[in-house]
Amino acid sequence: MRQLSAFAAFWWDFVVGDDWRVAAGIVGALGLSALVAHHGFPAWWVLPAAVALVLAGSIARVVRARR
Amino acid sequence: MSAVTILFLAAFLACLVEMVEALTIVLAVGVVRGWRSPLMGVGAAVGVLAVIVAVLGPALRLVPVDTLRLVVGALLLAFGLQWLRKAILRAGGCKALHDEEEAFREGRAEAEAAGPARHQGIDWYSFTVAFKGVLLEGLEVAFIVVTFGGTQRRLDVTVVAAALALVVVLAAGLVIRAPLARVPENTIKFVVGLLLTTFGVFWAGEGTGVNWPGSDLALPVILAFLAVVAALLTRWLRDREYPLQPGAAA
Repeated sequence: MRQLSAFAAFWWDFVVGDDWRVAAGIVGALGLSALVAHHGFPAWWVLPAAVALVLAGSIARVVRARR
Repeated sequence: MSAVTILFLAAFLACLVEMVEALTIVLAVGVVRGWRSPLMGVGAAVGVLAVIVAVLGPALRLVPVDTLRLVVGALLLAFGLQWLRKAILRAGGCKALHDEEEAFREGRAEAEAAGPARHQGIDWYSFTVAFKGVLLEGLEVAFIVVTFGGTQRRLDVTVVAAALALVVVLAAGLVIRAPLARVPENTIKFVVGLLLTTFGVFWAGEGTGVNWPGSDLALPVILAFLAVVAALLTRWLRDREYPLQPGAAA
């Protein structure tokens, strides 16, 4: 059981890392991108904008935590 | 800059920086406890990594390209943003820079403190430390080689890039016999984070049905946009001063 949880923790750290909100933001952005593209609108801007926002949000949280 | 050039660069730099860290671990234990066992550990780890790439790389060809791009793109986004986030925090003075000489000193002290572990002519402490170090650092490289090569159907490019980086680091390590502290690791990690995130955006976008203006020509544009965002965030952090937390250099 301990080995199983260590294995799961390794992969969680490998893929998700320190800030799970970044991974959650990416999943949301992918959904939005698919939705916009599915309805025939240009969707090329969604992921770059989402990545910038998610990254800025994560950095801002670190800064707030340091105050 | 063509897609293949960016692909090669990403695999080469990622492998280079991870192998520099693995080299430090192997050197620290080899200098103190002898070379035979750690080198056996390195060989075993490289063998495991080669099997992972040899099995998973061709297997990815069986997955439909759109599905592959969505899954790999999403993983690369998660993975690349981790690298980029850490690189920005380091460059902005919010996290301690990775220091190979410090890592070497720590590894050497641990190797000296560890008791004898020789059995059937093998020092299992040295073997395990070297095996684990190379395997863990190499897993990220194997992931990048397999996903980049598999998704772009150019596994040959990424394998050659990673092998070349491995040869460069091994040759430098043999010549210098000291941690490669002068390699600008933190800068390289910044660039690799940008490249991973760029491909993540591009492939995940294609997987969700995005038609990129200019097709592959969108790659350098995404890269430039992310570089500007990262530079702005770094500058914003540098305008503040942070007391570094002990042990934050990982």
